[in-house]
Amino acid sequence: MTTQPTDLQDERLIINKGLGGAIKKTRNRIKSGDLGNLPVIIGLLIISTIFQILNRFFLSSANLSNLLMECSAVGVLALGIVLVLLVGEIDLSVGSMSGLSAAIFAVQFVRNGLPLVFCILLSIAAGAFIGWIYGQIYNRIGVPAFVITLAGLLGFLGLQLFVLGATGTINLPFESPLVQFGQQAYLGHTFSYILAISIALVRFGLGYYGATTRRKAGLSAPSLTSIALQSLFIAIALGSMAWYLNKSRGIGWMFVFFITLVVIMDYALRRTSWGNSVFAVGGNREAARRAGINVKGIYTSVFILCSTLGAIGGLLAAGRLAAAAQSSGTGDVNLNAIAAAVIGGTSLFGGRGSAYAAPLGMVVIAAISSGLTLMNLNSSIRYMVTGAIVLLAVSVDAVARRSRTSHGRA
Amino acid sequence: MSNKTVTSEVVLSLKNVSKNFGAVAALTDVELDIRAGEVVALVGDNGAGKSTLVKILAGVHPQDVGVVKIAGQEVHLASPSDSIKYGIATVFQDLALCDNLDVVQNLFLGRQLRRHRLDEVTMETTAWDLIRQLRAKIPSVRIPIASLSGGQRQSVAIARSLLGNPKLIMLDEPTAALGVAQTAEVLNLIERLRDRGLAVILISHNMDDIFAVADRIAVLRLGRNNGIFSANQTSRKEVIEAITGSVDNAVTQRAEAQSK
Repeated sequence: MTTQPTDLQDERLIINKGLGGAIKKTRNRIKSGDLGNLPVIIGLLIISTIFQILNRFFLSSANLSNLLMECSAVGVLALGIVLVLLVGEIDLSVGSMSGLSAAIFAVQFVRNGLPLVFCILLSIAAGAFIGWIYGQIYNRIGVPAFVITLAGLLGFLGLQLFVLGATGTINLPFESPLVQFGQQAYLGHTFSYILAISIALVRFGLGYYGATTRRKAGLSAPSLTSIALQSLFIAIALGSMAWYLNKSRGIGWMFVFFITLVVIMDYALRRTSWGNSVFAVGGNREAARRAGINVKGIYTSVFILCSTLGAIGGLLAAGRLAAAAQSSGTGDVNLNAIAAAVIGGTSLFGGRGSAYAAPLGMVVIAAISSGLTLMNLNSSIRYMVTGAIVLLAVSVDAVARRSRTSHGRA
Repeated sequence: MSNKTVTSEVVLSLKNVSKNFGAVAALTDVELDIRAGEVVALVGDNGAGKSTLVKILAGVHPQDVGVVKIAGQEVHLASPSDSIKYGIATVFQDLALCDNLDVVQNLFLGRQLRRHRLDEVTMETTAWDLIRQLRAKIPSVRIPIASLSGGQRQSVAIARSLLGNPKLIMLDEPTAALGVAQTAEVLNLIERLRDRGLAVILISHNMDDIFAVADRIAVLRLGRNNGIFSANQTSRKEVIEAITGSVDNAVTQRAEAQSK
């Protein structure tokens, strides 16, 4: 027993070694209710199969390429929602925030002719400022975030209309970089393969480095084979995805930008003390406070990030639409962002979820929307189907939580 | 018990500390000195003000009146991070752990290594070191707290209090939820803390535990000091009289009834 790594010495620990062990471990985990991303992925497979049977165009390269572009703007909003849900709060105003940000940008850029970068920074700063205000009201006065952001939903919609003025819609010039980014910027074919392989190599490098450090410190670590297999799988999956999408327009830069934000957020949540604190505040606010965490600061930072991401999402949507309209950010934008975070597996009760919930949930919503549009069904059906999926997602989470509790995985 | 306590420096000193909650005076003019390498048991009935005193020292809520001195310096403990900064570690009765985080994350909550790129490996090995020191029976440090038993959670909470190299450790009913062997381990641990020169405040209702490890016993009654006893020159009877406030109390009556 002396050769066992430090963390595997307890005799009660069930140890699964090698590849077979990894599969067995995954199976046990799922059985005990720790579903991870599995329900979303299964749901996505079912949705894709149904729509593909109903309409052959659904899984075509062109439609998927378009779908990824479509989901990016609201996906950025959903990423912000994931953050506020992690601390056990909600932001109902991201849609209005995105519309306001688009309006500010359009007015400054088109009407006042200010430089592009300045206008973008101004919109983002407005988002950050509004998030800071939310944080101050929440921390100092103690108004529930639900109410603060409900007021924000109405108030900033009004401000958006006010900023846009009498004409209502401001069109962005087609040749402006933001519109190009939203509509025309796709990865080159060669570059997309290089990117896929680089991601796999980075994954391998980090995995290998991590395993070596762990082994040096006398802890257990995944074997070289399993790291290599994982990286190979990533390379093949991303490579074939790039290949399929490259048959039409390819992978949009906007989608790459969205995923980059997700990866950065995932790192921040899992590998920084700030991220640990976010989970701690969401899990047990009083315990976090007693551990010396600046709980108010965490709330403020989360509200600022959520509103800032809302503003960024608004700019992306404006670029995609080539306009800032009175309807920008209204209607189902808010609810889609919240639904995406929940469908992706973020708990509404705080302390549980991951940054990857945003893209996963968003792809589900975009797939439903795209499939129903292809079938020439109007938004009435779309709302009903999306509603049913949200209910289903939360039910799956509730059942899984009960199972987790009884299997001690919480 | 040792006599070295007389000469060592005073780590913590309370003078005239009072705290009111609305119309209720939870603490009135409480005084207490604790020296390095000394275990002081803080005892009292329910509502005597023990938890209020712990919360003042932990920075959960500040006192209304009075002075808290640490190593001779007057300090203002406005928040839990202040207390941690001045070297006061607290193990709360409710343990204050986050169920959704794993053992390592809970141990290092609020004081992670390398803030922008967490040093997971060092944190994990340190966690194992601490758990081995305490001889705690925790199968893995990478499982969420929710899946641990009450005793295991207590061990995690005590391990956490040791991390910041504190000068003073407050343990609020540390053995209340533990089995026989684990209680003995915690008592051993308290003695080890004392031998390392730490000051320990032990809050407990269990006279066996108190007389097993405490050097001095400070009694609170209805929010006031009601005597400080040296553990090796006092009987249980005297302490219980100080706690209940009378020679003739429910405890002595039961003892008499049994001896008849």
